[in-house]
Amino acid sequence: MKEVVEGSHAVSEAVRLARVQVMSAYPITPQTHIVEALSEYCADGRMAARFICVESEHSAMAAVIGAASGGVRTFTATSSHGLALMHELLHWASAARLPIVMAEVNRALGPGWNIWMDQTDSLAQRDTGWIQLYCEDGQEVLDTTLLAFRLAESASLPVMVVLDAFFLSHTYEPVDIPDQASVDRFLPAFQPRIQLDTQDPFALSQMAPPGCYMEMRHDIEAGMRRIPEHYTAAEEAFASVFGRRYGMLEAYRCEDADIILAMAGTAVSTSRQVVDDLRERGEKVGVLKLRMFRPFPAALLASLAGDARKIAVLDRNFCFGVGGIFAQEIRAALYLMDSRPPVYSYIAGLGGRDVTPETIEEIYVRTKQSERPAPESVWIGLDPAACPVCRTD
Amino acid sequence: MAVKDYIRERFFPHMWCPGCGHGIVLNSLLRGVEQLGMSKNEIVMVSGIGCSSRISGYVDFHSLHTLHGRALAFATGVKMSKPELNVIVPMGDGDALAIGGNHFIHAARRNIAMTAIVMNNRIYGMTGGQYSPLSGYGTAATTAPYANIDHDFDVVQLAKAAGASFVARTTTFHARQMTDILKSAIVHDGFSVVEILTQCPTYFGRKNKMGGAAEMMEWFRDNTTPIGSKAKQENPDLIERGIFVQEEKQEYCAEYENVIKRATGGRS
Repeated sequence: MKEVVEGSHAVSEAVRLARVQVMSAYPITPQTHIVEALSEYCADGRMAARFICVESEHSAMAAVIGAASGGVRTFTATSSHGLALMHELLHWASAARLPIVMAEVNRALGPGWNIWMDQTDSLAQRDTGWIQLYCEDGQEVLDTTLLAFRLAESASLPVMVVLDAFFLSHTYEPVDIPDQASVDRFLPAFQPRIQLDTQDPFALSQMAPPGCYMEMRHDIEAGMRRIPEHYTAAEEAFASVFGRRYGMLEAYRCEDADIILAMAGTAVSTSRQVVDDLRERGEKVGVLKLRMFRPFPAALLASLAGDARKIAVLDRNFCFGVGGIFAQEIRAALYLMDSRPPVYSYIAGLGGRDVTPETIEEIYVRTKQSERPAPESVWIGLDPAACPVCRTD
Repeated sequence: MAVKDYIRERFFPHMWCPGCGHGIVLNSLLRGVEQLGMSKNEIVMVSGIGCSSRISGYVDFHSLHTLHGRALAFATGVKMSKPELNVIVPMGDGDALAIGGNHFIHAARRNIAMTAIVMNNRIYGMTGGQYSPLSGYGTAATTAPYANIDHDFDVVQLAKAAGASFVARTTTFHARQMTDILKSAIVHDGFSVVEILTQCPTYFGRKNKMGGAAEMMEWFRDNTTPIGSKAKQENPDLIERGIFVQEEKQEYCAEYENVIKRATGGRS
């Protein structure tokens, strides 16, 4: 049934419908609405689950790792510094091959304190062995969260569902909330691969000496490499029940595009509009929506965007000393491909600054007018007067 | 120096809700600092995250607004690098005792000279009213709509057991006592803990049907009593306020100086 819900509550609804058994979290803006709703569902009996409000995000992830080791379906949610504090446990969850699902609301890191949208928090966790899926709207948030459980459990790897702070987490949109029976058909009860068994005790997470550590890591990588296959199967099953699918990447009006704009999150919606407007003016432009970031779907990227003359990447994140993170990934992915369009890297919308149609059109125009990409990322909309103390020139 | 000179006026109006007790804490603290005749340049205020931590923005001391729960860890570094400065660390109950609980007990154990102010409103206010480690059994919160089953800490007992050499408790109703206690805490040469019961009418008060700010402050008046009072003997449920511990004990930075002297044979 369609209801007007907040992006955060689209996550909560999916977690309820997924019949999660143990959840643990610590309050942090702008994630808090997700777990507030879940704690209410637990308290009023709408969910047969246990919700633990622990003393830090580090403990929240530790608690769901413990619960997942006990063989139950688990969930947590966090943002920004909360995610950074979890870092140690993120490695632990993936290496322990536990199918934990986490909602991560993209928010800037301090100092200066900033609670608004920025992708650097989740992208900085790219080497932790978590699958990462980025969402564009409320419906996609709900669907992706449901999909995440099936994907995590089929691959025995944890999944992070990522949504923009405020632009998505706090925006109300019509979302089709499926009924329990349909969700049960898509997502059967969790069959744990690893489970503490009182009848057959065994030791978890013991010492792994040089003789086997590498093989264990290779096994995780092998699991990651199978993700596209698992993902496609899970989406197939999802589409057969709900009639919706998203793909690992989505190409919008890219078939004959000279320039393809690539980005993740809600800026994709704005870019679709800009592309439609530019197309009306005869410009050959498309959008590549970056949805799956880990594992990075390099081959699919090449097939969808390899024929473009240029790719312009909008990063709402930054790796100091290198540049936009999505741009780096796309460049690296294209390196071994036969067709390698030059990748233009743009930084915009950090720390909650709006990415407007004008921002995106400026990126398009700059890309069209430049013969080759600048060696460094180009920052769009910098105001030299905004931070006189920090100015170095 | 007038109280107003200790304020960073450009950061006003403050962000606290109408009726919040944190402004009373700010007021009493500034009066205490003024009465001690301290220069604003000899004070460092280090805070973490939460409604309480915003206090560091409003005072014109050296200030560090740091990570959630980590204020005491940052403050330890500040004090070790500049032991001559007076370090004040205002924290909320969740900040100090949930995510920062480990830092709290270890700062107390070291007896490092700084003043830890625990502004206890029994809730996470900034994020929307989740229960904290001081909400207490049976209270209501956004994350406990059908009553909290977590028991709370007794901050005074915890600080005593962890080794703090100055431990006190007061409330926002007792603003003058608060000033006196904070003055003693600030001049105390060791780790000082001051728990201040402060009202959050927006979340804790509303969720627990305690009325508005004035009713919550009346609750502090009616449910607290001076340490060792006759009233306490008659009604053990009353919460004691006053100074529980005030003892001379080796301070960490001074001890460290002694170690350096021993190690260098006095050559440094």
